[in-house]
Amino acid sequence: MLSCKETGELLSQEMDRKLSFSERLGLRFHLFICKTCSCYDKQLQFVARSARRLMRPDKENQGIPPLSNEAGSRISSAIKQQLDKEKK
Amino acid sequence: MNSASDPATWVAQHGDALFRYALMKMRDEAQAEDMVQETFLAALKARERFSGQSSEKTWLIGILKHKIIDHFRKHKREQSSDDIESLTEQLDQQFDHTGHWSIPMRTWQAPEQAHENREFWKVFAACIAYLPDHLADLFILREIKGLSSEEICKLLEISTTNNMWVMLSRARMRLRGCLDARWFNL
Repeated sequence: MLSCKETGELLSQEMDRKLSFSERLGLRFHLFICKTCSCYDKQLQFVARSARRLMRPDKENQGIPPLSNEAGSRISSAIKQQLDKEKK
Repeated sequence: MNSASDPATWVAQHGDALFRYALMKMRDEAQAEDMVQETFLAALKARERFSGQSSEKTWLIGILKHKIIDHFRKHKREQSSDDIESLTEQLDQQFDHTGHWSIPMRTWQAPEQAHENREFWKVFAACIAYLPDHLADLFILREIKGLSSEEICKLLEISTTNNMWVMLSRARMRLRGCLDARWFNL
């Protein structure tokens, strides 16, 4: 019988690897009888969904943004500064 | 071309490509910008040695990759006290001696509604930022950037996938706890 601690670990690992048949069985059984872990499971899933949504481009941000003009200018200045130092 | 192009044109030529690559691995735009700047400055110093064997872009991306690895290595060094033993210990503290949860687990009312709230995303980002650097790096690479376990272990120099799982479990547990305390059960 899995403990809550083992269940917590497996719930996290399930997101990264395929569980064995016996692991999955043990997990499902524990979740069936343990309200706390069942709650933890739902909350972990929510955290994962939230993280995935961070990746989703919103209306202002179509996909991965390019280097901002401000950053581009800043970096160009840094390069120029270094080049000028070399000339001295 | 057997030599590097005029460095004054590098940002215009390669800035976007380097930035987008860095953003795939870095936590936020500010960090990605820093990586791009460091890459260009390192390339400046090394440009005499650029022989044109590869394209200039490939050469610059190569420098960027090294800068990124160095960045993560630095985080790892800074966290030497937060090794696998101490992480496992922290995990253990959430449970009592019989393996049951020793912290309260409160249900979250209508969690999906939080996604429609701009304040929630600020809190979520703050919770990620509040994680120790190496756990945040790991969580971001895995959940947000979607890298595979193998790629992550290589990039973050994590010796075993088992260690990675312990770290991820800890990161997820802490994030859940943070959202619980700072959003759902304020």
